[in-house]
Order: sequence, then C-alpha cells, then structure tokens
Amino acid sequence: MEKNQQLSKNKKSPLILGFLFGIIFGFLLQKGGVTKYDVIVGQLLLTDFTVLKIMLSAVMVGMPGVYLMEHLGWVQLYPKSGSIGMNVIGGLIFGVGFALLGYCPGTIAGAIGNGYLDATVGGLIGIWIGAGVFAALYPKLNKGILKVGDFGKITIPELVKVNKWIVIIFVEGLILALLLWLESLGL
Amino acid sequence: MRFLSEIQWSPYIVGIGIGVLSWLSFLILKNPLSCSTSFASTSGMIERLFRGKKVEEKPYYQKVKLSINWQWMLVLGIVFGSFLSAALSGDFMWKWVPPLWEAEIGKSPLIRLIGAAIGGIFLGFGARWADGCTSGHGISGTMQLTLSSWISAIFFFVGGILTAFFLFRFIV
Repeated sequence: MEKNQQLSKNKKSPLILGFLFGIIFGFLLQKGGVTKYDVIVGQLLLTDFTVLKIMLSAVMVGMPGVYLMEHLGWVQLYPKSGSIGMNVIGGLIFGVGFALLGYCPGTIAGAIGNGYLDATVGGLIGIWIGAGVFAALYPKLNKGILKVGDFGKITIPELVKVNKWIVIIFVEGLILALLLWLESLGL
Repeated sequence: MRFLSEIQWSPYIVGIGIGVLSWLSFLILKNPLSCSTSFASTSGMIERLFRGKKVEEKPYYQKVKLSINWQWMLVLGIVFGSFLSAALSGDFMWKWVPPLWEAEIGKSPLIRLIGAAIGGIFLGFGARWADGCTSGHGISGTMQLTLSSWISAIFFFVGGILTAFFLFRFIV
C-alpha cells in the first residue's frame, strides 16, 4: 500500500512540475507580448523584433548555464537527431503555418489563455489535424524524405571539431552583436 | 509587485526569465522546454476516442505515446500562466480577429478562422516533420548547439518571412 502510494506520487510529480513550469513559461510569454498574432506576424514582416529578442536573449542566458551544469555532471543534454530532409523541409512547412496562423505551438497555448478565439477554435483544430496527417504518413516519410541527408544527433562543436567553450563564446558574441545592431537600428 | 500588473515587459527581461527557466527545466524536469509533441499525442488521443485502440498501433504513436505526460501539462500550464498574466494587467479579452489581420484582410471571423485552421494544419504537420517547434528547436535546441535545431530554427523563419511577405505584401 505504502509502496503503491510512493509509486503513484513519483508518477504524478512530473505532471505537477510540468504544470508549474508551464504557468511560469506562459506568464513570461504573455508579458513578452508573444501571445499576440500582431507581434509574431510583425516579426515575420520584419517590423517588430520582439520574438527574436526574446529567443536570442533566452539562448544567451540558457546556453552557458546548461553547458556549465552539464560540465559539472548535474544535467545531461538532449540533442535531437536530424537530417536535411527533416529540418529544412519541415522547417519551411512549419514557417508557412507560423505566418498564416500567427502563433506557434507554445504561444498558441498562451493565446488561448489570453482569450484569442482564433487560436482556440481555428488554430488548435488545425494543429491537431496537421499532426494527425503526419502520423498517418509517417511510415512512408520515414523511409524516404526524412532520411535524406541524415546527420544524427550532432552538435555544432562536434561538427566543426572546435572546443565547445570556444563555440559558446563565439555564439554569445554573435548574438550580442546582432541584438546591439537591432537596437542601433531602433528596431 | 507593480511589475506583475504591467501589460508588457522588456523582451530582454522575458528572454532572461526563459533562459533561467531552461536551466531549471534541465535540472528539475530532466527535459528541455518543448511544446509541440503534446499536440501530436492529443491528436492521437482524440482519434482514439473515435476509432478505438487500434490507433495506438500506428508506428508514429509507438514513438510518441498517447498519454498525458509532463509536456502536456506544461502546455496546459502555459494557458493558465498566460491567463494569469493577462488578467493581472487587464490585457485579457475575448477576440476573434487580431488587429493586424483585420486591417489587412478584413474583420470576418469566419475568414480568420479558416486562415488560422489552414495555418494550424501546416504548423502541426511541419512541427512533426521537423521534430520540434519554436521552443523545442528554436530555444532549447539552439542553446544546446544542436545542428538539427539551428537548421530548423533558421528555416522556421525563412518559411515564415517568405509566407508573411507573400501574403501581406503581394496578395493583400
């Protein structure tokens, strides 16, 4: 009995933790303005750079922390495997949807919480249909296009064969330069 | 605590917050922040309601399990977190048509719903094809310096920018 309770507790805690992380994530997304169609499409029309500023500053802060914790043995990394067929073509298809819908999978949840009914009624149903169609086509796609140009779970330091800390410093510098440039243009 | 009731924060403050949340996510959730897979499992669970257990036999649902996991709860949490933020600042409102869409295309909710649904189909299909979205690839993957995530993130924006310009600068 006690053991069972322990077991169900362990099963439930990731759900509760996931929910708490989601609340904070959603709070930040809404405060950032990216639960709004106008802000996201403004980014894609290159008139409003809020989306890019949020993403790049999150990466600037996240990257050194995550790599440091990995170095200390506190966490492991979870690089996703990929291929040219997957990431280039999938990325482009996603982009078409990104512009038409004006939300992405995370921000559409935020848009729903914000009261935006085009997200709740139209967008959500569309995403479910799109994901379901992919699941139906997956066996076929997985034998063909998804395997084209396969490169596996490689990271950029592994690809260029440079020490990861040097790559991190380089990417940090590149992001900082891009953000400073955007600010200098008044964007 | 006045900052909690502000309508919008600096994007850099929000970005730093998401960056710190990512550290905690690796440390506590033992997973990077990501969203889109739970839309696939939900889609499968809805299909299972109508077509029964055989849906679980599809190869894709062997890979993506049809159950409610931490990520599904994270996405649900986003809805509540966003509502909380919007309610605190008075920014919550029921709305069918976003202002930019209304100015460029029109105020018909039906047209907007059709546009959003078509966009959603591409988005949901593309997220599965690329195996990630703006959070899983765009933020969590790029910070791990994963090649697949950098390529995906770049092409999310290439596809998005081309489509947005085509739609709003050529068609309407």
